[in-house]
Amino acid sequence: MSVANIQVSETPQVLYALRRADDALILGHRLSEWCGHAPMLEEDMALSNIALDLIGQARELYTYAAKIEGKDNDEDKLAYLRDVRQYRNLLLVEQPNGDCAQTLVRQFFYSAFADLYWRAMMNSRDATLAAIAAKSEKESAYHLRHASEWIIRLGDGTEESHARAQAAIDYLWAFSGEMFAVDAGERSLIHAGIAIDPEGLRDRWLNTVTGVIGEATLTLPQNDWMQQGGRVGRHSEHLGHLLSELQSMQRTFPGLTW
Amino acid sequence: MVTVLNRNAELRQRAWDAAASVVDPEIPVLTIADLGVLRDVVLDGDHVEVAITPTYSGCPAMNMIALEIELALERAGFGRPSVRTVLSPAWTTDWMSEEGRRKLRAYGIAPPQASNSRRALFGEQAVECPQCGSGNTELLSEFGSTSCKALWRCKACREPFDYFKCH
Repeated sequence: MSVANIQVSETPQVLYALRRADDALILGHRLSEWCGHAPMLEEDMALSNIALDLIGQARELYTYAAKIEGKDNDEDKLAYLRDVRQYRNLLLVEQPNGDCAQTLVRQFFYSAFADLYWRAMMNSRDATLAAIAAKSEKESAYHLRHASEWIIRLGDGTEESHARAQAAIDYLWAFSGEMFAVDAGERSLIHAGIAIDPEGLRDRWLNTVTGVIGEATLTLPQNDWMQQGGRVGRHSEHLGHLLSELQSMQRTFPGLTW
Repeated sequence: MVTVLNRNAELRQRAWDAAASVVDPEIPVLTIADLGVLRDVVLDGDHVEVAITPTYSGCPAMNMIALEIELALERAGFGRPSVRTVLSPAWTTDWMSEEGRRKLRAYGIAPPQASNSRRALFGEQAVECPQCGSGNTELLSEFGSTSCKALWRCKACREPFDYFKCH
């Protein structure tokens, strides 16, 4: 048995919120997969806490998206009743946890961006987005500090941890460019002062990333070819598996509540 | 007329006091008034609407707090109260009252510091031990038992303690 997918009227503003909500939900879900499995208690709590922050951000963004869409959708329907091709998250955030190094490099690339992004979004002309940004900015600063410390610890640690951290950077690097991509709809929101131009964050992002990675005695790949597709629903094979777990209860027992 | 106004002011105060008595389920020494989570109480006829602001985006205590507010108001005689969440302006630990900070410390949790230390990527933070007052402390884990706390240890009295993170 299955439940029909909802339809979403993706106006530029709805799509904009949905993309950021999907980033936060999918990354939060990925991190929650570590709950009870992390190599030490402090890290288990840290990853679960970060997951909680991200899922909280996702809830606010979904609620906002549903409100401006003005149809019958809400945060739960947007999360549980859209299929893979309707998800709009970055390819980066759906990549599997892999080992600790892969999880933390993924977090580091994302948090280094989110920290700058949300700080800039506090000036959005949209009062709700500015308010969500004001909360998320503070949370992202903690997430970035946590991930940065781990990148240095792993890179400048043992031969084994160094090799794993470098492998994670090499694997995930090609997914980092999508964070700075903008389409025509987003361009119009940038002109309207609702969104910010991520291109303006690139230099500072690269500064943070090269700084930490240098201190970790690791190196960034030289290739600049970047993988894209998540923003328009072309995902890696991993997202379908993730959603089948995330959505299984609502798909099996439609309308289930606590 | 004056009597009606007085009655309204008195009713609103009663509603405010009832809402303000609700405590944070995870830090039961703090009321939502101490935390700065309680933003407004609006009386419209006999209907009460309470505005609260979320602390951390994903804080699971918020649902519980909203429910407790409704129960507290019903116990105080206000039928069918409603709770509204306001996002703007965003809550900050700067809104925590002095009384709240004092209660936190007495409970064994170091209160949040001023917000300027948070931005530093690897900046030194100086957190005082709530047990012995020593500043000779170290961070054990950036993330603690709830989303609002970090885990610290005092190097003077050797006690581990929670620190309410600046937000």
